Formats: sequence, structure tokens, C-alpha cells
Amino acid sequence: MSDPAIHSEPASGRRMTLNMGPQHPSTHGVLRMVLELDGETVVTANCDIGYLHTGIEKEFEQKFYQQAVTLTDRIDYLCPLTNNLCYCLAVEKLLGIEIPPAAQWMRVMLNELTRINSHLIWLGTHSLDLGAMTVFLYCFREREDVLRIFEMFSGQRMMTSYFRIGGLALEPPRGWQQAVSQFIDAFPSRVDEYEDLLTKNPIWMRRTKGVGYAPLEDLLDYGVTGPMIRAAGLAWDIRKSEPYSSYEKFDFDVPTRTESDVYARYQVRVEEMRQSARIVKQALAGMPSGPFKADAPKVVLPDREKMKTQMEALIYHFKLVTEGFRVPPGEVYQVVESPRGEMGYYVVSDGTSKPYRVFIHGPSFGNLQALPVLVQGRLVSDAIAALGSTDFVLGDIDR
Amino acid sequence: MTVAEELRAWDAGAVLGDEAPALAIAPEKVAGVCRHLKDRLRFVRLSAVTAVDRFPAEPRFEIVYLLHSIERNERIRLKCRLAGESPEIDSVSGVWRSANWYEREVFDLFGVRFRNHPDLRRILLPEDWEGHPLRKDYPATGQKYSYAGE
Repeated sequence: MSDPAIHSEPASGRRMTLNMGPQHPSTHGVLRMVLELDGETVVTANCDIGYLHTGIEKEFEQKFYQQAVTLTDRIDYLCPLTNNLCYCLAVEKLLGIEIPPAAQWMRVMLNELTRINSHLIWLGTHSLDLGAMTVFLYCFREREDVLRIFEMFSGQRMMTSYFRIGGLALEPPRGWQQAVSQFIDAFPSRVDEYEDLLTKNPIWMRRTKGVGYAPLEDLLDYGVTGPMIRAAGLAWDIRKSEPYSSYEKFDFDVPTRTESDVYARYQVRVEEMRQSARIVKQALAGMPSGPFKADAPKVVLPDREKMKTQMEALIYHFKLVTEGFRVPPGEVYQVVESPRGEMGYYVVSDGTSKPYRVFIHGPSFGNLQALPVLVQGRLVSDAIAALGSTDFVLGDIDR
Repeated sequence: MTVAEELRAWDAGAVLGDEAPALAIAPEKVAGVCRHLKDRLRFVRLSAVTAVDRFPAEPRFEIVYLLHSIERNERIRLKCRLAGESPEIDSVSGVWRSANWYEREVFDLFGVRFRNHPDLRRILLPEDWEGHPLRKDYPATGQKYSYAGE
């Protein structure tokens, strides 16, 4: 162990058990950690989760497929659109319906705005934990702009439910191009502002460099995914390796670092925000024209206009709303790259209009499980930095 | 060779059915199969362990292992069927440490026991919770409470 931060020898014989959470501000939600301390050194760290468990997987089994979209927002509430997308893709795969290109591109664009939104919250709160107050205010300023765009599209700031099975819930609003381009043109210079405050800041570097280190093998074994794995040197991004929703048509880089510490994770996420902005720009420039819903009248709700003039549309609407649609028996495990890593929906259908079983693989669950490796043998103040660098969301863990 | 063929070449009795990417595995052999998949066939990641309750069919529980190989860029699912009467299966937490919490979750929500698990406790629900909510015979809504007699 060459790392000077690691104290292999106990400082004294006396140990203390420290209960952190579930109301501790740095746990961002309701996580309880039980730390066993020897002086300032963490000997063991145990996570106690489940305070936010709402039985959402059971709830899925009680709802029609299209009703369940509204549940997905509430799982990882910092990236609701990513959840919407993953669930919709899974059910669309079971149904075997084709999504029109315009809807796919719009999904990619909004998904990347969600990633920016989520990373901004992470950067703001993580730096606040480590004492950099200003960054928090800057990040939430830009986050507000993203939320305004979401509100413009879906009428909701957070619980958007904008992606539906078969396409989008609504036509994009008038003037959306202007709103998005205004934000995305200014955004890279905003990222420069955050970097001015942090990247070369000696206090920030002292608090994060070499802190929370874990080797790549351990991280893989614990099921860690996303930016944490990329900060450990593995260039694995599901958008590249298993592309979905026409991500293969976009040009972007997968940032990696090899240090696998808190600072490397910071660098990876900041670079990911820049890459997301690149994708949004491409989506904006090359947005295909055409319908935003699949041509599947038995799955997708008809336009309001058609309901007033066409008998079939009215019948389909009535049937869809009252009894849902049947999904052929089968099962699918769909993965997407969420801001935190591999998000997966395992959907089992028994041929009825309600899912038989939905299992949600939240990336935070695996990421948090590796926490003892990041903090054991280190100082307790570094535990806060390491905890923040995993970027977990309790809704995603407890479901 | 597909994963199923490679597994059959290694142990003829391990694979009971092949519906790629899902493979039915004999429950008593699951730990050995997982070890082989990780060490020889480069499935370094266990995405998750979960379960499906096929109540009232028997064998009732289907334990599902979601495996991923970054090198092969391939995902497979292993499935083991367990009877409803005191379901038990070997833990794979010795193969991937990530299995620890996922198996605790299946134990918590389905009541399936994992042999040789280092720390088999409830994970999401309180310790004194009764029943296993994701079983199909567990009610999804509470019972109406009457205040009439009070």
C-alpha cells in the first residue's frame, strides 16, 4: 500500500461506531451508513438502505403497460427521461414496433439534456459537500434552464413521462429549437466557468486527488458501471457498445481516466457534459422530419383531431384507455447508459395488458455496493468525498 | 460456438434448455456454471440477480442471473427453477461480490434462501417485516381497516 492516505495500522486500540444518516446532508436522501472508526480512520463501512423503498416493482404489476410509464419517472428522479426511455424501449422490443426517426432523435436529444441535468446536480451537491459553495449556485442556474426546456416539452419539470410506448407523448412545442439552441450554445462556456472554479483549484485537488481509489477489477466485481468505471480506465459506454434509439448515428467521444479517484470521476463527468452538449447540437441540426409516434393504432393513442372525425380512432382510444393493449408473451432485458451507468429494465410479459414482472436494475445499487472498498482504511472526511463521487440516487437503489 | 454449446462441452448436464440469450441451468450446478462463465468465458460482470414468481405453477420460482461480458459484448441470462416449498439455491457471491446485495434483495422480496451467503438478511424491508411482497400471493393493496368497534 503505497498510498499515504491509507493507514493500515490502527492509531489506537479504541474504536467508535458512528451512525451517519439517514438524515445526514451528505447522503443526499435517506441512506444510513454505519462507520466503525479508529480515530479519524474508517475501519469498516456498512450501508443500510431501504428507507425509500416503495414497492414500485409490485406497483408495475398492477398497472397497464402505458400507465406504468408514470412510475418510471419516480425511480431515478434525477434522470426521469432516461427511465422513460429504457422502459419504453423494453416494451417496444416485446411488441416489435418500429419507432419513427424523428421520435428517436428527439429521444436522444432529451436524454442528453437529462444527462446534463443530472451531472449538474451531482457537480453542485458534490462540490457543496466539499466546501465549494459557488459551484452549487452556478450549476443550479443552468439546471433551471434544462428544467424549463422539460417543462416546455412535457408540462412537467421533473416527472416528465414524455416518452411513451410507441413514441412521444406530445408533439414538440412551438419554438423548441430556439429554446434548446439558446441553452446549448451557451452551455460549453458555463462548463468552463465550473472548471475555472475547480479543476486547478488547489483545495479541490487536495480534497479529491488520490481519494476514494479502487482498482478496476474490484469495481467490475462489485457491479460498478458508468462514469466510475470509465474513471478507472475502461472505455465502456452502452451508447457505443449496445447502441439504442439511433445513438450509432451520433458522433461523440467516451472520456476515460486511469486514476480511479474522486478527481478522475469529476473529470470524466465534466467531459461527459461537454460530449452531451455535442450530441444535442447534432440532434438539433439533423432532426429528421416526420411523425413522432409509431404507426401502431392498437398501441399508440390517436391524435385528438382524428378522434373527432374518425370512428376507428375513437374506438381505439376507448379500448386503449379502458383495457390497455396486450403484449405478446416473452421477456426482454433492455439496457441504456444512464448518467450513473447501466440502467436496465427486465420486463416479463404473460400476454396480458399488464406486465407480469418488471425488475429495475438501477446503476446506483451496484455503485453504492462498492463503497466499502472506496472508504475503508481512509479518513472519515474522505469518506464524504468518496460517497459523493459515486453519484447515487436513493430512489434508484430502494425502488 | 455459442455460450450454450461451450457450456455443454464443459458439462453436459448443466444446461437444461437453450432459448438464447436465456439458458435454463440445473439449480444445483449454478455456482459451478457461474465460476466457469466468469473464469473461462469472460463474463466478468454480473449485472443483477432477480426472480420471477410463476405462482401457482410448479416449480414456482425462477431465479434469473443477468450476466454481461464486456469483452465479448454479449449478455446472457441464466435461469434456475425452484420449487415453492422452502426454495433454496447456492449463492454466487463467492464468484462475483456484486451478487451479495442482489441475493439479499431476492431473499427479502421473494423469500428464496441462498446457501453459503455471507450475510443473508433483509435489505430493503425492516428486519421484522412479515411475508415477501413480490410473491404473487402477497396482496398488492392493504386491507380496509374498520374503526366501527372503537
